[in-house]
Amino acid sequence: MTEAFDILLNASLWAAVLRIATPLIFGVLGALVCERAGVLNLGIEGIMTMGAMAGWLTVYWGGDLWTGLLVAALAGLLLGLLHAVLTVVLGLSQHVSGLGITLFGASLSYYLYRLWVQVGDLPPTIEPFQPLHIPGLSDLPFLGEAVFSQTAPTYLALLLVAVTAWVLARTPLGLALRMTGENPHAVEAQGLNPVAIRIGAVMAGSALMALGGAFLTLAAFNSFFPTMVQGRGWICIALVVFASWRPGKALLGALLFALFDAFQLRLQTTVEGVPYQLFLMAPYVLSILALVLVARRARVPEALMQPYRRGER
Amino acid sequence: MRVERREDISLTALLIAPFAAIAVALALCAGLIAMAGVNPAAAYAEMLRGAFGSRLAVTETLTRAVPLIFTGLAAAVAFRARLWNIGAEGQFYIGALVAAGLGHSLLSGLPAPLAIALVMLASMAGGAALLVGPALMRLRFGVDEVVTTLLLNFIVILFVGLMVEGPLRDPMAFGWPQSVPVAADLRLPDLVPRSRLHIGLILALAVAALVWLVQSRTVFGAETRAAGLNPRAAAFAGVPLTATLVKVALLSGGLAGLAGAVEVLGPAGKVTTTMSPGFGYAGIVVAMLAALHPMGVVAAAVFVATVFVGADAMSRATGVPSFIADVIMSVSLLAMLTALLFTTYRLRR
Repeated sequence: MTEAFDILLNASLWAAVLRIATPLIFGVLGALVCERAGVLNLGIEGIMTMGAMAGWLTVYWGGDLWTGLLVAALAGLLLGLLHAVLTVVLGLSQHVSGLGITLFGASLSYYLYRLWVQVGDLPPTIEPFQPLHIPGLSDLPFLGEAVFSQTAPTYLALLLVAVTAWVLARTPLGLALRMTGENPHAVEAQGLNPVAIRIGAVMAGSALMALGGAFLTLAAFNSFFPTMVQGRGWICIALVVFASWRPGKALLGALLFALFDAFQLRLQTTVEGVPYQLFLMAPYVLSILALVLVARRARVPEALMQPYRRGER
Repeated sequence: MRVERREDISLTALLIAPFAAIAVALALCAGLIAMAGVNPAAAYAEMLRGAFGSRLAVTETLTRAVPLIFTGLAAAVAFRARLWNIGAEGQFYIGALVAAGLGHSLLSGLPAPLAIALVMLASMAGGAALLVGPALMRLRFGVDEVVTTLLLNFIVILFVGLMVEGPLRDPMAFGWPQSVPVAADLRLPDLVPRSRLHIGLILALAVAALVWLVQSRTVFGAETRAAGLNPRAAAFAGVPLTATLVKVALLSGGLAGLAGAVEVLGPAGKVTTTMSPGFGYAGIVVAMLAALHPMGVVAAAVFVATVFVGADAMSRATGVPSFIADVIMSVSLLAMLTALLFTTYRLRR
């Protein structure tokens, strides 16, 4: 018990929480933007993989880290466009299309990586984002290490939570987007184009997802390897439900989840005699439990997963 | 020009769809192969030779098709009822684990055919149990089964890792994490001598025919289809939705579990955490290419197996990364999904 307290009082745990939460924050925001407009995007796992690969490759080929993030976002936009054409324009099954995008994004990433990068015994590495030193704040006791010694993309993720929340709640664009997810016919009646709004939302959301993937290769690690996304995308899909489709709650969910993950990682090294796989299972089990607890009360966007065809009811 | 709904599903379009989808996928992937500096036509010829060029190649391709038939059927029966079972990978591993756990000693006193049947039934029960949970979670709490079945895949594979490094560990494997081998008399007999092809192929074909029969000739089959097409209308017509979905979950999970058992009792002989190169996920592609038809599943499984076995050989010969097989598969899936649109819609001037 005292061991658990020691872990919780250690600033490095809280630094790890923010680090682990960052890709989830990007991913859950992306999924949220898509779903608020009425489109489930199960392509997330493949889009994150593509973002991780595209961002890493850009830097490996001599681009700077911010260009890497930009290229990752562009790759996300393209996969998002593909998902949008299939599900919004053609009105195909969002479940099957999303899974197809995931299989496509992941396999294409692995293929291109193998094609363009010589892999020896160890995967090649890049120089990743370093923790920012913020004068004054980073020197604070405890908080300095726990909160103010993160890499730049982490602060970007936190900023994007605020931006997304503001756009959704306070701007005409956000209102139109939310309305498209609730009642696209009403949007049409207002003289707006629900199809265009959905395409835009899916593309923007997919770009956010890809940034989450790029964080893995450009900040959390320094190399790309297959299966590195490890179900983080699926966890984001669960977190959106947990967050009742609200950006603020999504941030909270990602942080809670990351706290749990960071905590179990540290317990693994202090508790002996328990197979490590049980610790690794915990995040997935937690996601399922969170879904079961919240799903009943969750207010799902009314038109989620319903294709919209003009003049068809 | 506009898109218009057809009055009936076009059978011609349905029959052409998979071939069109595969053609589109191969054409698009030709570009990726050309990027590797290899002539696509030569690469595809190499793939065909790798999959069918020799007696050994043919048996390897068919051996690879066996688990894909089972996981393809698992996806097909579930998708038909709009139960999105993406957990066939996990159900495969549970089936494999149960088969390895029971198969190494417990049942060795029984006559072999009886013991094999019992092992398979137990594996099916394991796979079925793993899907009934998510199905009930959807029915009771409204939890999307796509997410729960996907997350369960990760949990199950970790659990298999725990078992093969712990209770089921093979002490003779020099520290390699694998289970103790299945008793020799429980292994499925070979279908073709001096090959890995086993009678699991016959079983897979029989099960596909059985599923077809059940779907087209029984009340349960009709209820499944009704539940998938329009749940509200089905409920109004007196179809017990909950019971139907649970039965579908049992069948689908059971089929994926059986895939694991057949793989362990057949070519693998033991369970490891890397024994499936994505059989569960590939099953989804197989089911979609088959337009969810059980007999189509057999053909689609052979196609996917051809791509995988052929791509390995082609990769060795030309240096094109073997991940091209996964790309071909995923593009076929997306193309097939689009092609299916034309079975219910048509273009009008």
